Amino acid sequence: MDAISLLGSQKDCFSAIIKRNEPIAENIFEMWIEAPVIAMSAYCGQFVNIYLRNQAKILPRPFAICSIDHSKGWIRVVYRVGKHGTGTREITYMYPGTRVNITGPHGTTFPMSHKKCLLIGGGVGIPPLLQLAVSLVDVFGKRPDIVLGYRNDDTFLVDEFEELGTVHIATEDGSRGIKGTVMDAIAQNRVGAEIIYACGPVPMLKAVKEYALEKDLTAYISLEARMGCGLGACLSCVCKTSEVNKGTGVKNARVCKEGPVFEVREVEL
Amino acid sequence: MNMSVNIAGVEWKNPVTTASGTFGSGREFADFFDISELGAITTKGVSSKPWEGNPVPRIAETSSGVLNSIGLQNGGVDRFIEKDLAYLKTVDTNVIVNVCGHTVPEYLEVVEKLSDEEAVDMLEINVSCPNISEGGMAFGTTTEGITEITKAVKEKSKKPVILKLSPNVADISEIGKAAEAAGADALSMVNTFLATFIDIRSRKFFLANKTGGLSGPAIKPIAVRMVYETAKAVDIPIIAMGGIMSGAEAVEFMLAGASAVAVGVANFRYPKVTRQVIREIGEYMEEQGFEDVSEITKGLIE
Repeated sequence: MDAISLLGSQKDCFSAIIKRNEPIAENIFEMWIEAPVIAMSAYCGQFVNIYLRNQAKILPRPFAICSIDHSKGWIRVVYRVGKHGTGTREITYMYPGTRVNITGPHGTTFPMSHKKCLLIGGGVGIPPLLQLAVSLVDVFGKRPDIVLGYRNDDTFLVDEFEELGTVHIATEDGSRGIKGTVMDAIAQNRVGAEIIYACGPVPMLKAVKEYALEKDLTAYISLEARMGCGLGACLSCVCKTSEVNKGTGVKNARVCKEGPVFEVREVEL
Repeated sequence: MNMSVNIAGVEWKNPVTTASGTFGSGREFADFFDISELGAITTKGVSSKPWEGNPVPRIAETSSGVLNSIGLQNGGVDRFIEKDLAYLKTVDTNVIVNVCGHTVPEYLEVVEKLSDEEAVDMLEINVSCPNISEGGMAFGTTTEGITEITKAVKEKSKKPVILKLSPNVADISEIGKAAEAAGADALSMVNTFLATFIDIRSRKFFLANKTGGLSGPAIKPIAVRMVYETAKAVDIPIIAMGGIMSGAEAVEFMLAGASAVAVGVANFRYPKVTRQVIREIGEYMEEQGFEDVSEITKGLIE
């Protein structure tokens, strides 16, 4: 950190060391990064920006923090490599021992609750819920219910979630857990909750919203968006809000700044 | 070594500002470094009433470039004065507010309100945004349009007026000359290039607005040529922008005739890049044996 940072600037650009970067399922990779200042200050739900070495690719890639190893000062991100991906493929070639430019943590966090928690994740929306589960167990000592939706039995992170709570799995093809959606898994397993945390594709979040409204439950959702700066300056990643947002002065909010975590009633999906 | 420049009567501590829309009102970057080190901060566009902006996706990446179609989302001038300007008052540097509108009266409402604000040092009139349906670029693409808006704004403004030019014209130096003749105190150039990007797998336009504005290193050589042509045609200072990623590109624009430069999407790639640009301009001056930064502006050997 330079002098200005020590004098009270809250964020910095870090050149962090990649510790591990390997596939954990088809087209799904996990990367551990040694970034002690980020690890120290990050909370569940926040994200980091990773900057590509390729000078032709200007925009950072935002990644939700999947877990934090406070003792080592490492953070983990889990990401999907798109078939026609322009950028994430390059990230798979960032080898352990090499450095990567990174900023963070950015964005809002999952507000913690002592109530009976239900975590709902779909696909690459699953990883950010892991650190939440860790924090809930650490802080309140209560095992949450966790419902995870995957395409098929090529699942990831299930073992780690099972250490933290009661896991129910839904797959599109029925090859593991129940056949259907996360909402089907909630119904079939009669999973009850007082508060919901969810991250996943928009159709899943819409179903979660409907469920939360029907049961009159608080539900925090983490949104994904196509971001520009990832810092709150460019206004690329907005989502529609039901009221005029305090941060923007209009009826939308920056997913990178007022989000990515929103109470489900704040946003229009 | 003197890095300060005088742009239309306003003293800048160095020739580096930010390109409108890439730096918010500075707050997000103040987390990373002391933004008072900048010669000036140019804010996002401000309109008379709140603007919701365009639907998403609003941004796409292309090779060495970024396409955006934000649509000048902002909370309106009253909110800007209350929130953003109140913050910028605490930052010890010049504030250039980018002004946008659909019609001349809309521009003038913002100009009049900001003219009364002590914290505002200069106004940049955005007549070149390609992402809004009326106003915006319409005023910046004809000599008649730029003459009309410049005269109207100059009549009301108590601050020096910068006209931000669109590159989406046949001869940008003609537009620059018309702005100068109508009373503009300075020019900033170039705004983004109207462009688009089609996703071949979905066979749809990538941006919800179909088209957007291209910026970044991809357009830099065109922008440098435009600055060179315009600098020869006008006597008012030029603030140049278009793909400045480091001190080298900033110097290149100044050699083309610009008195100052603005850094845009590079802020997205490296939040502290403006500070690096300032440092590297200084290093270049040392290397070339220049005592005053204006020697770069006059330094092109033809």
